[in-house]
Amino acid sequence: MKDSLLRAFRFLGLGFLEPVVRLAAGEDSKKNVIQIFKKVLAPIASMILFLGIWYTGSKSLYNKEANYAIEKTRSERGDAESEKTRDCIASGDVSCQPNTLPSPKQVWNSFQLLLEDHRQISANKEAFIVKTSALNKKRLEQGKDPIVYTGRPSFVDQIKTSIKTVFAGFLLAFLFATPIGIIIGLSETLRNSFNWLIQILKPVSPVVWLLLVFMIVKTLTKDSTGDTSYIISFISVGLCSMWATLVNTAVGVSSVDKDYINVAKVLKLGTFQKIFKVILPAALPLIFTGLRITLSVAWMVLIAIELLAQSPGLGSFVWEEFQNGANDSNSKIIVAMFIIGFIGFLLDQIMLTIQKLISFDKGSDV
Amino acid sequence: METSQNIQETLSSNEIMLNLTDLKKVYPTPNGDYVVLEDLNLYVKKEEFITIIGHSGCGKTTMLSMIAGLNEITDGKISILGSSIKGPGPDRGVIFQSPSLMPWMTAMENVMLGVNKVFPHGNKKEREDICKYYLNKVGLSGAFHKKASELSQGMQQRVGIARAFAIKPKVLLLDEPFGMLDSLTRGELQDVLIEIWNKEKITAVMITHDVDEAIFMSDRVVMMTSGPSAKIGDILPIEFERPRSRKKVLAHNDYYEYRKHLINFLEH
Ligand SMILES: Nc1ncnc2c1ncn2[C@@H]1O[C@H](COP(=O)(O)OP(=O)(O)OP(=O)(O)O)[C@@H](O)[C@H]1O
Ligand SMILES: [Mg+2]
Repeated sequence: MKDSLLRAFRFLGLGFLEPVVRLAAGEDSKKNVIQIFKKVLAPIASMILFLGIWYTGSKSLYNKEANYAIEKTRSERGDAESEKTRDCIASGDVSCQPNTLPSPKQVWNSFQLLLEDHRQISANKEAFIVKTSALNKKRLEQGKDPIVYTGRPSFVDQIKTSIKTVFAGFLLAFLFATPIGIIIGLSETLRNSFNWLIQILKPVSPVVWLLLVFMIVKTLTKDSTGDTSYIISFISVGLCSMWATLVNTAVGVSSVDKDYINVAKVLKLGTFQKIFKVILPAALPLIFTGLRITLSVAWMVLIAIELLAQSPGLGSFVWEEFQNGANDSNSKIIVAMFIIGFIGFLLDQIMLTIQKLISFDKGSDV
Repeated sequence: METSQNIQETLSSNEIMLNLTDLKKVYPTPNGDYVVLEDLNLYVKKEEFITIIGHSGCGKTTMLSMIAGLNEITDGKISILGSSIKGPGPDRGVIFQSPSLMPWMTAMENVMLGVNKVFPHGNKKEREDICKYYLNKVGLSGAFHKKASELSQGMQQRVGIARAFAIKPKVLLLDEPFGMLDSLTRGELQDVLIEIWNKEKITAVMITHDVDEAIFMSDRVVMMTSGPSAKIGDILPIEFERPRSRKKVLAHNDYYEYRKHLINFLEH
């Protein structure tokens, strides 16, 4: 029981809970208490420290902005007005709050608000669907398009869109880069002839990829009326992120241990067998490392690309909030930042888990 | 002492399994060509087990990999049953110094890899039986379905032996197969190898650094001169009867003569 629990925790990347489980199971208490301190309490302490620095930092920025506003009013409109401004800021009135780095509390409140907003919008949507279902049935019979909900997407909807886009981009990168990487890896001639292209394209910035994809997709979809921004952004994400997989696959395939190749030669395996039974399994760890990098790069550039391409998702959420400049915009941006970081971390954990599952090299933890 | 040349004249050609004539190997290096082997002549009879000893770097591995077809021949000829070899092939089984198993495959699958290639016509059951037979022979009856990466070095090399024998090669090539093992495991594996070999009598060429291993295993010990331009320096026939037992071999008077001969060669 205890062992399987430990294994499950370790598998899920929750290995730091190990001493808690061991202690609960009544194992050597002193050692485990020290371990708990190291693995559980120390991270919690650092989290508290982080929040503390954030809190004091935001507070001093807030004061600086507030004093500036008060002094400015004083010099422009005299003492009486400046007193009013001071009172206004102190009262917490939204109309005169300094615009600066929000405090942890504000961010938390915004998070709650965003969730509340999501519940509201979901409820609206459901109501809309119920209301229009009869009508839509009729329209369908008449051969007309159904009416769809076109209201503002909620924060959670934006997250879902972003995840969808990143997976589409990742899939594209995977389907494109692995086969090419394998082919290039197998042939030294191809490797030499395409190396320059890969080396030149690899460092190109996401923005440029987006523009390039935009040029092409715009022309290709001239006569379609649909929303192309989604297509543009996921193709750009795929193009930006596929290089790690391409290069790692090529390296993995071309640098398979000479011993394995010799075995394949001595046994005179056919090309097919050699590739699928020897080379690919041997290259799998490196290919997977490439895929992991690809996914994290995809997620990282996604936000920038959504922002530029004006396609729905977290990127445009951040951009809209920034331009919107409402009182709680800043804290919403910080909420988005944490969500982006957290999802990025989760994606990496998922890849790591799959990598552990398929890797023959159980010892390594790359 | 008889040289390999004049024995060969007295042997009819159909008794010879493997023949190296005027073999030469040159490695190009940044400082000009390096001649590893030159004028190397050696024959191996059918059902003969020979070992090769020589100083480190003299070119033993080079010679063996040329026989395996993994290394190009600069000049001269290597022939098996009279016909020149062309590249590697399953008529020559190789046991490498490192077991070189595919770590993502089970012991069974590793052996199967070669068997599938050599017996494509037999049905799956027959091929599995061949694998099982040899895995049993090397003492791995309990580990058919263990991943190679989960086996110890010694067990991996057992699989390596099974894999080499299972494809029923004409010639078996072994490059210090037990070099990486501790002495206890090495002794066990020598016994495993010689036991299978006694049954199958596959012509074998084995490189070793271990004088005792050479005497215990082989019919002739071939001594190579130090490089560059290494060739065969001396050949010592080992006259012990087969099957041999380690105890009897060690107790035999000739054993120490053989040993002295080999060590004498290596020290000069
Ligand atoms: N690919 C190569 N290119 C150039 N020189 C090489 C190459 N392979 C081997 N050599 C050189 O050829 C010589 C013989 O090497 P080889 O590996 O055959 O020796 P060996 O007798 O097997 O040594 P050991 O007993 O240490 O295994 C060495 O001097 C080595 O440096
Ligand atoms: Mg060697």
